[in-house]
Amino acid sequence: MTQPIVRIEELHKRYGDNEVLKGVSLEVQKGEVVVIIGPSGTGKSTLLRCVNLLSRPDSGHVWVEGEEVTAPHVDINRIRAKVGMVFQDFNLFAHLTALKNVMAGPVWVKKMPKEEARELAMEELRRVGLADKADAYPGQLSGGQKQRVAIARALAMNPKVMLFDEPTSALDPELIGEVLAVMKDLAREHMTMLVVTHEMGFAKEVSNRIIFMEKGVIVEEGPPEQLFYNPQHRRTRQFLGKITELYGNAETG
Amino acid sequence: MSWLIDFWHMIWPHLGRGLLVTLKLSGGALLIGFLLGLPTALIRVYGSPWAKRLATLYVDVFRGTPLLVQLFFIYYGLADPHLTTLAESIGLPPSLLVLPPMTAAYAALGLNSGAYQAEYFRGAIQAVSGGQMMAARALGMSRWQAIRHIVLPQALRIAIPPWSNEAAYLVKYTSVVYIIAVPDLFGEARRIMSVHYNQMIMLPFVGFIYLLMVLFITWVMGKVEAALRIPGLEMEEQERF
Repeated sequence: MTQPIVRIEELHKRYGDNEVLKGVSLEVQKGEVVVIIGPSGTGKSTLLRCVNLLSRPDSGHVWVEGEEVTAPHVDINRIRAKVGMVFQDFNLFAHLTALKNVMAGPVWVKKMPKEEARELAMEELRRVGLADKADAYPGQLSGGQKQRVAIARALAMNPKVMLFDEPTSALDPELIGEVLAVMKDLAREHMTMLVVTHEMGFAKEVSNRIIFMEKGVIVEEGPPEQLFYNPQHRRTRQFLGKITELYGNAETG
Repeated sequence: MSWLIDFWHMIWPHLGRGLLVTLKLSGGALLIGFLLGLPTALIRVYGSPWAKRLATLYVDVFRGTPLLVQLFFIYYGLADPHLTTLAESIGLPPSLLVLPPMTAAYAALGLNSGAYQAEYFRGAIQAVSGGQMMAARALGMSRWQAIRHIVLPQALRIAIPPWSNEAAYLVKYTSVVYIIAVPDLFGEARRIMSVHYNQMIMLPFVGFIYLLMVLFITWVMGKVEAALRIPGLEMEEQERF
Protein backbone atom coordinates (compact mmCIF):
# COMPACT_ATOMS: atom_id res chain seq x y z
CA MET A 1 0.00 0.00 0.00
CA THR A 2 1.26 3.45 -0.86
CA GLN A 3 1.91 6.06 1.75
CA PRO A 4 -1.04 8.41 2.31
CA ILE A 5 -0.51 12.12 1.58
CA VAL A 6 -2.27 13.05 4.80
CA ARG A 7 -2.64 10.82 7.81
CA ILE A 8 -4.45 11.95 10.93
CA GLU A 9 -4.53 9.85 14.06
CA GLU A 10 -6.66 10.31 17.18
CA LEU A 11 -6.77 14.09 17.00
CA HIS A 12 -8.08 15.96 20.02
CA LYS A 13 -8.51 19.71 20.31
CA ARG A 14 -10.34 21.81 22.84
CA TYR A 15 -10.96 25.53 23.16
CA GLY A 16 -11.54 26.14 26.86
CA ASP A 17 -14.43 23.93 27.93
CA ASN A 18 -15.40 23.12 24.40
CA GLU A 19 -13.84 19.95 23.00
CA VAL A 20 -13.98 20.56 19.26
CA LEU A 21 -12.24 17.39 18.10
CA LYS A 22 -12.76 14.20 20.08
CA GLY A 23 -10.42 11.70 18.51
CA VAL A 24 -10.53 12.01 14.75
CA SER A 25 -8.55 9.67 12.50
CA LEU A 26 -8.41 9.90 8.75
CA GLU A 27 -6.23 9.17 5.74
CA VAL A 28 -6.13 10.85 2.37
CA GLN A 29 -4.43 8.99 -0.47
CA LYS A 30 -2.63 10.59 -3.39
CA GLY A 31 -5.07 11.92 -5.96
CA GLU A 32 -8.06 11.44 -3.68
CA VAL A 33 -10.76 14.10 -3.24
CA VAL A 34 -12.22 13.85 0.25
CA VAL A 35 -15.15 16.05 1.20
CA ILE A 36 -15.99 16.73 4.84
CA ILE A 37 -19.58 17.68 5.56
CA GLY A 38 -21.47 18.29 8.78
CA PRO A 39 -23.25 20.94 10.83
CA SER A 40 -21.32 24.09 11.69
CA GLY A 41 -19.31 24.07 14.89
CA THR A 42 -18.45 20.39 14.63
CA GLY A 43 -14.73 20.85 14.16
CA LYS A 44 -14.43 20.54 10.38
CA SER A 45 -12.41 23.72 9.95
CA THR A 46 -10.36 22.98 13.05
CA LEU A 47 -9.52 19.56 11.63
CA LEU A 48 -8.32 21.19 8.41
CA ARG A 49 -6.23 23.71 10.33
CA CYS A 50 -4.59 20.95 12.33
CA VAL A 51 -3.20 19.47 9.10
CA ASN A 52 -0.86 22.45 8.57
CA LEU A 53 -0.75 23.32 12.25
CA LEU A 54 -2.51 26.68 11.91
CA SER A 55 -4.27 25.19 14.89
CA ARG A 56 -2.21 23.05 17.24
CA PRO A 57 -3.96 19.87 18.40
CA ASP A 58 -3.89 19.00 22.11
CA SER A 59 -3.08 15.38 21.33
CA GLY A 60 -2.90 13.04 18.38
CA HIS A 61 -0.67 12.99 15.33
CA VAL A 62 -0.67 14.33 11.81
CA TRP A 63 1.62 13.25 8.98
CA VAL A 64 2.00 14.89 5.60
CA GLU A 65 3.77 12.66 3.06
CA GLY A 66 4.99 10.50 5.93
CA GLU A 67 6.54 13.42 7.76
CA GLU A 68 5.08 14.04 11.20
CA VAL A 69 3.74 17.59 11.45
CA THR A 70 2.97 17.26 15.13
CA ALA A 71 6.47 16.09 16.10
CA PRO A 72 8.40 18.50 18.35
CA HIS A 73 10.89 20.88 16.66
CA VAL A 74 9.57 20.17 13.19
CA ASP A 75 10.19 22.89 10.59
CA ILE A 76 6.55 23.72 10.14
CA ASN A 77 7.17 26.37 7.48
CA ARG A 78 8.72 23.76 5.19
CA ILE A 79 5.71 21.46 5.62
CA ARG A 80 3.19 24.28 5.17
CA ALA A 81 4.90 25.15 1.89
CA LYS A 82 3.67 21.87 0.42
CA VAL A 83 0.14 22.10 1.81
CA GLY A 84 -2.05 24.56 -0.08
CA MET A 85 -4.88 26.21 1.81
CA VAL A 86 -7.93 28.14 0.62
CA PHE A 87 -10.01 30.07 3.14
CA GLN A 88 -13.67 30.93 3.34
CA ASP A 89 -12.95 34.68 3.32
CA PHE A 90 -10.15 34.47 0.69
CA ASN A 91 -7.52 36.36 2.72
CA LEU A 92 -5.82 37.72 -0.37
CA PHE A 93 -3.02 40.13 0.51
CA ALA A 94 -4.87 43.41 0.10
CA HIS A 95 -1.83 45.54 -0.79
CA LEU A 96 -0.64 43.28 -3.61
CA THR A 97 -1.96 42.78 -7.15
CA ALA A 98 -3.39 39.41 -8.12
CA LEU A 99 -0.07 38.55 -9.79
CA LYS A 100 2.01 39.54 -6.74
CA ASN A 101 -0.35 37.55 -4.50
CA VAL A 102 0.41 34.46 -6.53
CA MET A 103 4.14 35.29 -6.62
CA ALA A 104 4.27 35.74 -2.83
CA GLY A 105 4.87 32.12 -1.91
CA PRO A 106 7.42 31.27 -4.62
CA VAL A 107 9.41 34.49 -4.07
CA TRP A 108 9.40 34.79 -0.29
CA VAL A 109 9.15 31.17 0.79
CA LYS A 110 10.90 29.30 -2.02
CA LYS A 111 13.28 32.17 -2.88
CA MET A 112 12.49 31.72 -6.56
CA PRO A 113 13.96 34.42 -8.85
CA LYS A 114 11.34 37.13 -9.55
CA GLU A 115 11.20 36.60 -13.31
CA GLU A 116 10.67 32.88 -12.96
CA ALA A 117 8.03 33.44 -10.28
CA ARG A 118 6.25 35.97 -12.49
CA GLU A 119 5.98 33.44 -15.31
CA LEU A 120 4.79 30.74 -12.95
CA ALA A 121 2.23 33.10 -11.42
CA MET A 122 0.90 34.10 -14.83
CA GLU A 123 0.53 30.43 -15.67
CA GLU A 124 -1.41 29.77 -12.46
CA LEU A 125 -3.65 32.78 -13.12
CA ARG A 126 -4.31 31.44 -16.60
CA ARG A 127 -5.18 28.10 -15.04
CA VAL A 128 -7.97 29.74 -12.99
CA GLY A 129 -8.99 31.92 -15.95
CA LEU A 130 -7.79 35.25 -14.56
CA ALA A 131 -4.71 36.12 -16.58
CA ASP A 132 -6.41 39.39 -17.60
CA LYS A 133 -6.74 40.38 -13.93
CA ALA A 134 -3.03 40.02 -13.13
CA ASP A 135 -2.62 43.72 -12.33
CA ALA A 136 -5.89 44.14 -10.41
CA TYR A 137 -5.84 44.56 -6.65
CA PRO A 138 -8.07 42.34 -4.49
CA GLY A 139 -10.33 45.34 -3.82
CA GLN A 140 -11.05 45.51 -7.54
CA LEU A 141 -12.07 41.85 -7.88
CA SER A 142 -15.39 40.10 -7.30
CA GLY A 143 -15.63 37.47 -4.56
CA GLY A 144 -15.44 34.64 -7.05
CA GLN A 145 -12.39 36.16 -8.72
CA LYS A 146 -10.74 36.68 -5.33
CA GLN A 147 -11.22 33.05 -4.45
CA ARG A 148 -9.83 31.92 -7.79
CA VAL A 149 -6.74 34.08 -7.22
CA ALA A 150 -6.46 32.54 -3.76
CA ILE A 151 -6.53 29.08 -5.33
CA ALA A 152 -3.85 30.15 -7.84
CA ARG A 153 -1.77 31.51 -4.95
CA ALA A 154 -1.89 28.13 -3.23
CA LEU A 155 -1.22 26.23 -6.48
CA ALA A 156 1.90 28.28 -7.21
CA MET A 157 3.61 26.49 -4.34
CA ASN A 158 3.08 23.19 -6.17
CA PRO A 159 1.36 21.66 -3.13
CA LYS A 160 1.05 17.95 -2.43
CA VAL A 161 -2.45 18.47 -1.06
CA MET A 162 -4.97 21.30 -1.17
CA LEU A 163 -7.12 22.12 1.86
CA PHE A 164 -10.35 23.99 1.13
CA ASP A 165 -12.11 25.52 4.12
CA GLU A 166 -15.66 26.30 2.96
CA PRO A 167 -14.33 28.01 -0.18
CA THR A 168 -17.75 29.10 -1.48
CA SER A 169 -19.57 29.95 1.75
CA ALA A 170 -18.81 33.68 1.57
CA LEU A 171 -19.84 33.97 -2.08
CA ASP A 172 -22.99 35.25 -3.72
CA PRO A 173 -24.83 32.30 -5.28
CA GLU A 174 -24.09 33.36 -8.85
CA LEU A 175 -20.33 33.40 -8.14
CA ILE A 176 -20.12 29.92 -6.61
CA GLY A 177 -20.09 28.14 -9.95
CA GLU A 178 -16.85 29.67 -11.22
CA VAL A 179 -14.98 28.61 -8.07
CA LEU A 180 -16.42 25.09 -8.13
CA ALA A 181 -15.46 24.83 -11.80
CA VAL A 182 -11.82 25.57 -10.94
CA MET A 183 -11.94 23.01 -8.14
CA LYS A 184 -13.42 20.41 -10.48
CA ASP A 185 -10.59 21.05 -12.94
CA LEU A 186 -8.13 20.45 -10.14
CA ALA A 187 -9.80 17.18 -9.21
CA ARG A 188 -9.65 16.07 -12.85
CA GLU A 189 -5.93 16.78 -12.82
CA HIS A 190 -5.72 14.40 -9.83
CA MET A 191 -4.84 17.02 -7.24
CA THR A 192 -5.18 15.57 -3.76
CA MET A 193 -7.91 17.58 -2.05
CA LEU A 194 -9.47 17.77 1.39
CA VAL A 195 -12.56 19.94 1.17
CA VAL A 196 -14.94 21.26 3.82
CA THR A 197 -18.08 22.39 2.02
CA HIS A 198 -21.86 22.48 1.96
CA GLU A 199 -21.90 22.12 -1.83
CA MET A 200 -23.46 18.67 -2.11
CA GLY A 201 -23.47 18.78 -5.91
CA PHE A 202 -19.71 19.20 -5.90
CA ALA A 203 -19.34 16.48 -3.26
CA LYS A 204 -21.40 14.02 -5.24
CA GLU A 205 -19.83 14.76 -8.61
CA VAL A 206 -16.18 15.07 -7.70
CA SER A 207 -15.35 13.38 -4.42
CA ASN A 208 -14.04 9.87 -3.93
CA ARG A 209 -15.11 9.81 -0.33
CA ILE A 210 -17.40 11.80 1.90
CA ILE A 211 -16.92 12.18 5.62
CA PHE A 212 -19.83 13.21 7.80
CA MET A 213 -18.63 14.86 11.00
CA GLU A 214 -20.67 15.90 13.96
CA LYS A 215 -19.77 17.07 17.47
CA GLY A 216 -16.06 16.43 17.02
CA VAL A 217 -16.22 12.87 15.70
CA ILE A 218 -16.56 11.19 12.31
CA VAL A 219 -20.06 9.73 12.29
CA GLU A 220 -19.91 8.06 8.92
CA GLU A 221 -17.71 7.94 5.86
CA GLY A 222 -17.90 6.31 2.49
CA PRO A 223 -18.16 6.84 -1.25
CA PRO A 224 -20.72 9.50 -2.26
CA GLU A 225 -23.24 6.93 -3.59
CA GLN A 226 -23.37 5.28 -0.18
CA LEU A 227 -23.67 8.49 1.81
CA PHE A 228 -26.24 10.09 -0.39
CA TYR A 229 -28.41 7.07 -1.26
CA ASN A 230 -27.83 4.65 1.55
CA PRO A 231 -26.58 6.44 4.66
CA GLN A 232 -26.08 4.08 7.59
CA HIS A 233 -26.70 6.57 10.40
CA ARG A 234 -29.85 8.37 11.34
CA ARG A 235 -27.92 11.61 11.91
CA THR A 236 -26.39 11.47 8.42
CA ARG A 237 -29.85 11.08 6.91
CA GLN A 238 -31.22 13.97 8.95
CA PHE A 239 -28.33 16.24 8.02
CA LEU A 240 -28.51 15.44 4.32
CA GLY A 241 -32.25 16.00 4.38
CA LYS A 242 -31.83 19.41 5.93
CA ILE A 243 -28.98 20.39 3.62
CA THR A 244 -30.98 19.45 0.53
CA GLU A 245 -33.84 21.56 1.81
CA LEU A 246 -31.51 24.52 2.27
CA TYR A 247 -29.19 24.26 -0.71
CA GLY A 248 -31.38 22.48 -3.21
CA ASN A 249 -31.11 19.01 -4.65
CA ALA A 250 -27.64 17.57 -5.04
CA GLU A 251 -28.44 16.60 -8.64
CA THR A 252 -28.73 20.21 -9.72
CA GLY A 253 -25.94 21.62 -7.59
CA MET B 1 6.57 100.52 6.56
CA SER B 2 10.12 101.09 7.67
CA TRP B 3 8.98 100.38 11.20
CA LEU B 4 7.81 96.96 10.08
CA ILE B 5 11.08 96.24 8.32
CA ASP B 6 13.08 97.29 11.37
CA PHE B 7 10.92 95.10 13.53
CA TRP B 8 11.43 92.19 11.20
CA HIS B 9 15.20 92.69 11.24
CA MET B 10 15.08 92.74 14.99
CA ILE B 11 13.09 89.55 15.54
CA TRP B 12 13.95 87.36 12.60
CA PRO B 13 17.55 86.42 13.46
CA HIS B 14 16.28 85.12 16.80
CA LEU B 15 13.05 83.57 15.61
CA GLY B 16 14.74 82.00 12.61
CA ARG B 17 17.26 80.33 14.88
CA GLY B 18 14.46 79.24 17.20
CA LEU B 19 12.44 77.90 14.28
CA LEU B 20 15.41 75.80 13.23
CA VAL B 21 15.67 74.36 16.75
CA THR B 22 11.94 73.59 16.77
CA LEU B 23 12.18 71.87 13.40
CA LYS B 24 15.19 69.82 14.51
CA LEU B 25 13.46 68.85 17.73
CA SER B 26 10.20 67.92 15.99
CA GLY B 27 11.93 65.86 13.31
CA GLY B 28 14.30 64.22 15.76
CA ALA B 29 11.60 63.35 18.29
CA LEU B 30 9.31 61.98 15.58
CA LEU B 31 12.14 59.80 14.30
CA ILE B 32 13.10 58.60 17.79
CA GLY B 33 9.42 58.02 18.49
CA PHE B 34 9.05 55.99 15.29
CA LEU B 35 12.12 53.88 16.07
CA LEU B 36 10.78 53.21 19.58
CA GLY B 37 7.10 53.03 18.71
CA LEU B 38 7.12 50.50 15.87
CA PRO B 39 9.10 47.79 17.74
CA THR B 40 7.03 48.47 20.86
CA ALA B 41 3.84 47.95 18.88
CA LEU B 42 5.18 44.73 17.32
CA ILE B 43 6.17 43.44 20.74
CA ARG B 44 2.75 44.30 22.15
CA VAL B 45 1.06 42.28 19.41
CA TYR B 46 3.49 39.43 18.78
CA GLY B 47 5.94 39.41 21.70
CA SER B 48 6.43 36.95 24.52
CA PRO B 49 4.39 37.61 27.68
CA TRP B 50 7.31 39.25 29.49
CA ALA B 51 8.32 41.44 26.60
CA LYS B 52 4.66 42.43 26.22
CA ARG B 53 4.51 43.48 29.86
CA LEU B 54 7.62 45.64 29.51
CA ALA B 55 6.31 47.27 26.34
CA THR B 56 2.96 47.96 28.00
CA LEU B 57 4.70 49.46 31.02
CA TYR B 58 6.64 51.84 28.77
CA VAL B 59 3.50 52.92 26.94
CA ASP B 60 1.49 53.35 30.14
CA VAL B 61 4.16 55.40 31.88
CA PHE B 62 4.81 57.80 29.00
CA ARG B 63 1.19 58.18 27.96
CA GLY B 64 -0.05 58.36 31.50
CA THR B 65 2.18 61.10 32.91
CA PRO B 66 2.47 64.73 31.85
CA LEU B 67 5.11 65.54 29.26
CA LEU B 68 6.35 68.33 31.49
CA VAL B 69 6.95 65.91 34.37
CA GLN B 70 8.85 63.62 32.00
CA LEU B 71 10.96 66.51 30.74
CA PHE B 72 11.78 67.69 34.26
CA PHE B 73 12.55 64.17 35.39
CA ILE B 74 15.01 63.63 32.56
CA TYR B 75 16.62 67.06 32.85
CA TYR B 76 16.59 67.74 36.60
CA GLY B 77 15.70 64.37 38.12
CA LEU B 78 18.53 62.38 36.56
CA ALA B 79 21.02 65.11 37.48
CA ASP B 80 20.22 64.64 41.16
CA PRO B 81 23.51 64.58 43.13
CA HIS B 82 22.54 61.35 44.90
CA LEU B 83 22.17 59.66 41.56
CA THR B 84 25.37 61.04 40.06
CA THR B 85 27.32 59.97 43.15
CA LEU B 86 25.79 56.53 42.84
CA ALA B 87 26.75 56.39 39.15
CA GLU B 88 30.29 57.41 39.99
CA SER B 89 30.56 54.74 42.66
CA ILE B 90 29.81 52.02 40.10
CA GLY B 91 32.29 53.47 37.64
CA LEU B 92 29.96 55.39 35.33
CA PRO B 93 30.79 58.96 34.35
CA PRO B 94 28.31 61.28 36.10
CA SER B 95 28.00 63.31 32.89
CA LEU B 96 25.88 60.43 31.62
CA LEU B 97 23.09 61.64 33.88
CA VAL B 98 23.61 65.38 33.62
CA LEU B 99 22.16 65.99 30.20
CA PRO B 100 22.48 69.15 28.10
CA PRO B 101 19.07 70.81 27.59
CA MET B 102 18.83 69.81 23.93
CA THR B 103 19.61 66.14 24.67
CA ALA B 104 17.04 66.06 27.48
CA ALA B 105 14.50 67.61 25.12
CA TYR B 106 15.14 65.00 22.42
CA ALA B 107 14.89 62.22 25.00
CA ALA B 108 11.66 63.41 26.62
CA LEU B 109 9.86 64.26 23.39
CA GLY B 110 11.13 61.11 21.66
CA LEU B 111 10.16 58.78 24.50
CA ASN B 112 6.78 60.45 24.82
CA SER B 113 6.04 60.35 21.11
CA GLY B 114 7.23 56.73 20.96
CA ALA B 115 4.56 55.71 23.45
CA TYR B 116 1.82 57.38 21.41
CA GLN B 117 3.14 56.11 18.10
CA ALA B 118 3.28 52.60 19.58
CA GLU B 119 -0.45 52.76 20.20
CA TYR B 120 -1.23 54.00 16.70
CA PHE B 121 0.92 51.27 15.15
CA ARG B 122 -0.54 48.62 17.44
CA GLY B 123 -4.06 49.50 16.39
CA ALA B 124 -3.07 49.39 12.73
CA ILE B 125 -1.25 46.06 13.08
CA GLN B 126 -4.21 44.51 14.85
CA ALA B 127 -6.56 45.81 12.18
CA VAL B 128 -4.51 44.00 9.49
CA SER B 129 -3.44 40.86 11.31
CA GLY B 130 -5.64 37.80 11.71
CA GLY B 131 -6.65 36.51 8.31
CA GLN B 132 -3.71 38.10 6.50
CA MET B 133 -1.24 36.60 8.97
CA MET B 134 -2.92 33.21 8.75
CA ALA B 135 -2.81 33.19 4.94
CA ALA B 136 0.87 34.17 4.97
CA ARG B 137 1.78 31.48 7.49
CA ALA B 138 -0.25 28.90 5.54
CA LEU B 139 1.97 29.61 2.51
CA GLY B 140 4.99 28.73 4.63
CA MET B 141 6.21 32.21 5.53
CA SER B 142 7.90 32.60 8.88
CA ARG B 143 6.23 34.92 11.33
CA TRP B 144 8.83 37.61 10.64
CA GLN B 145 8.42 37.26 6.85
CA ALA B 146 4.66 37.60 7.26
CA ILE B 147 5.07 40.70 9.41
CA ARG B 148 7.55 42.28 7.03
CA HIS B 149 5.95 41.49 3.68
CA ILE B 150 2.25 41.27 4.50
CA VAL B 151 1.28 42.92 7.80
CA LEU B 152 3.53 45.99 7.98
CA PRO B 153 3.03 47.29 4.42
CA GLN B 154 -0.70 47.41 5.15
CA ALA B 155 -0.50 48.50 8.79
CA LEU B 156 1.82 51.43 8.04
CA ARG B 157 -0.65 52.69 5.46
CA ILE B 158 -3.48 52.51 7.97
CA ALA B 159 -1.31 54.32 10.51
CA ILE B 160 -0.70 57.36 8.28
CA PRO B 161 -3.70 59.47 9.41
CA PRO B 162 -3.15 58.98 13.17
CA TRP B 163 0.59 59.37 12.64
CA SER B 164 0.21 62.74 10.94
CA ASN B 165 -2.00 63.72 13.83
CA GLU B 166 0.82 62.81 16.19
CA ALA B 167 3.27 64.82 14.08
CA ALA B 168 0.99 67.87 14.28
CA TYR B 169 0.71 67.53 18.06
CA LEU B 170 4.41 67.05 18.52
CA VAL B 171 5.41 70.20 16.63
CA LYS B 172 3.32 72.21 19.06
CA TYR B 173 4.35 70.23 22.14
CA THR B 174 8.01 71.00 21.46
CA SER B 175 7.21 74.50 22.79
CA VAL B 176 7.40 73.20 26.38
CA VAL B 177 11.18 72.84 26.12
CA TYR B 178 11.76 76.60 26.57
CA ILE B 179 11.28 75.78 30.25
CA ILE B 180 14.62 73.95 30.42
CA ALA B 181 16.27 76.77 28.48
CA VAL B 182 16.24 75.24 25.02
CA PRO B 183 16.20 78.19 22.59
CA ASP B 184 13.35 76.94 20.42
CA LEU B 185 10.90 79.10 18.51
CA PHE B 186 8.76 79.83 21.54
CA GLY B 187 11.78 80.29 23.81
CA GLU B 188 13.22 82.91 21.47
CA ALA B 189 9.85 84.64 21.17
CA ARG B 190 9.61 84.74 24.93
CA ARG B 191 13.00 86.38 25.19
CA ILE B 192 12.03 89.05 22.69
CA MET B 193 8.78 89.66 24.56
CA SER B 194 10.54 89.97 27.89
CA VAL B 195 12.69 92.76 26.46
CA HIS B 196 10.17 94.60 24.26
CA TYR B 197 6.82 93.83 25.92
CA ASN B 198 5.29 93.24 22.48
CA GLN B 199 3.36 90.06 23.24
CA MET B 200 0.26 91.26 21.36
CA ILE B 201 2.32 91.08 18.18
CA MET B 202 4.69 88.23 19.05
CA LEU B 203 2.17 85.67 20.29
CA PRO B 204 -0.11 85.74 17.23
CA PHE B 205 2.95 85.81 15.01
CA VAL B 206 4.59 82.82 16.68
CA GLY B 207 1.25 80.98 16.76
CA PHE B 208 0.95 81.62 13.05
CA ILE B 209 4.36 80.04 12.40
CA TYR B 210 3.29 76.91 14.32
CA LEU B 211 0.06 76.87 12.33
CA LEU B 212 2.01 77.00 9.05
CA MET B 213 4.17 74.08 10.17
CA VAL B 214 1.14 71.99 11.11
CA LEU B 215 -0.64 72.80 7.85
CA PHE B 216 2.48 71.85 5.94
CA ILE B 217 2.73 68.48 7.73
CA THR B 218 -0.95 67.78 7.13
CA TRP B 219 -0.51 68.60 3.46
CA VAL B 220 2.58 66.43 3.04
CA MET B 221 1.03 63.46 4.87
CA GLY B 222 -2.12 63.80 2.78
CA LYS B 223 0.06 63.53 -0.33
CA VAL B 224 1.88 60.51 1.11
CA GLU B 225 -1.42 58.84 1.95
CA ALA B 226 -2.80 59.42 -1.53
CA ALA B 227 0.38 58.13 -3.17
CA LEU B 228 0.31 54.90 -1.16
CA ARG B 229 -3.42 54.27 -1.42
CA ILE B 230 -4.26 50.71 -2.43
CA PRO B 231 -6.46 50.69 -5.55
CA GLY B 232 -9.90 49.25 -4.95
CA LEU B 233 -9.95 50.00 -1.24
CA GLU B 234 -10.79 53.70 -1.37
CA MET B 235 -14.26 53.03 -2.75
CA GLU B 236 -15.32 51.39 0.49
CA GLU B 237 -13.95 54.34 2.44
CA GLN B 238 -15.86 56.92 0.44
CA GLU B 239 -19.17 55.25 1.12
CA ARG B 240 -21.44 57.62 3.10
CA PHE B 241 -24.10 56.48 5.47
